[in-house]
Amino acid sequence: MLDDFINWLGATPVSLVIQKVFWIIPTVQTVHILAISVVLSSMAMFDLRLLGLAGMRNSIRSFSRRFMPWLWGALIVLAVSGSILIVAEPKRALGNVVFLLKMCMLATAIIVTLGFQTVLKRDLASGSADLAPSHFTVAKITGLLSLALWVGIAVAGRLIAYTG
Amino acid sequence: MFDRFLLWLESTPPAIAISESSWLFPGIESVHVLAITLVVGSITMVDLRLLGINLRERPVGELIAEVLPWTRASFAVAVCSGALLFSSNATKYWGTVPFRAKMLLLALAGLNMMVFHATIHRSVEVWGRQPQIPRVAKISGGVSLGLWIGVVTLGRWIGFV
Repeated sequence: MLDDFINWLGATPVSLVIQKVFWIIPTVQTVHILAISVVLSSMAMFDLRLLGLAGMRNSIRSFSRRFMPWLWGALIVLAVSGSILIVAEPKRALGNVVFLLKMCMLATAIIVTLGFQTVLKRDLASGSADLAPSHFTVAKITGLLSLALWVGIAVAGRLIAYTG
Repeated sequence: MFDRFLLWLESTPPAIAISESSWLFPGIESVHVLAITLVVGSITMVDLRLLGINLRERPVGELIAEVLPWTRASFAVAVCSGALLFSSNATKYWGTVPFRAKMLLLALAGLNMMVFHATIHRSVEVWGRQPQIPRVAKISGGVSLGLWIGVVTLGRWIGFV
């Protein structure tokens, strides 16, 4: 089933063009890496704030407003550039365990982020100036988990090139 | 002379271990990419601030002081991991255009940063809190952004030659 899809995708005209033009893949990969640096740096700042290790002069709310738009914006760039790379070399990605692991970590990271944003929004809606102190443990767990997941995603991304 | 140095580098125990192992190169490369994402991401924050695109409510001096230690630490990791990767196949890497061009852009980025810190950054406490950013600082931010995008591009290119 999956093999059929991989073979079909790899034989589509778009895929063939990308494979033939030598500079498309490195260029798209470069865009992908640049977007990852935006995600990792933004999330490192935000997660370290949640862990209480950076930016303690600023509120979690202001950090969230500052960095979340960069995360979502860069994720769109990553989805588009990543999709192009999959179309270019379907077997390299779809037939790869590390790629699936990366997608699972990505899904988890997004769920963790959205979950925390919901908690934060509820606290702010109920009149709190920032994240309620009762949720500080949740913030720390979120920060640690998110940091680990994003590092894992970046590492897995590079390792796709070496695994089958 | 330099060729001999490259050959010697390739014959050092870590270089041999990396080129003979199936997982050392990918492992170190992952660390290298991670470090670069933090270098480029943190520098981009400052560059975009200098260009007046983001974080406009934050004083420039404060932002730089906050971000720079992370940039420095990540850069140190990137240099060490990069040197190890280079040593595993020094002669080949040195012979490629993207590698040389990357080193050149790195040097230019460093020079740009040094000039920035030696000149306009000295008065950052004055202009860093005002909405209007001096043209020199804007140029420095733009040049830096362009150079670092070039470094990442060439870095990726090295893997394709």
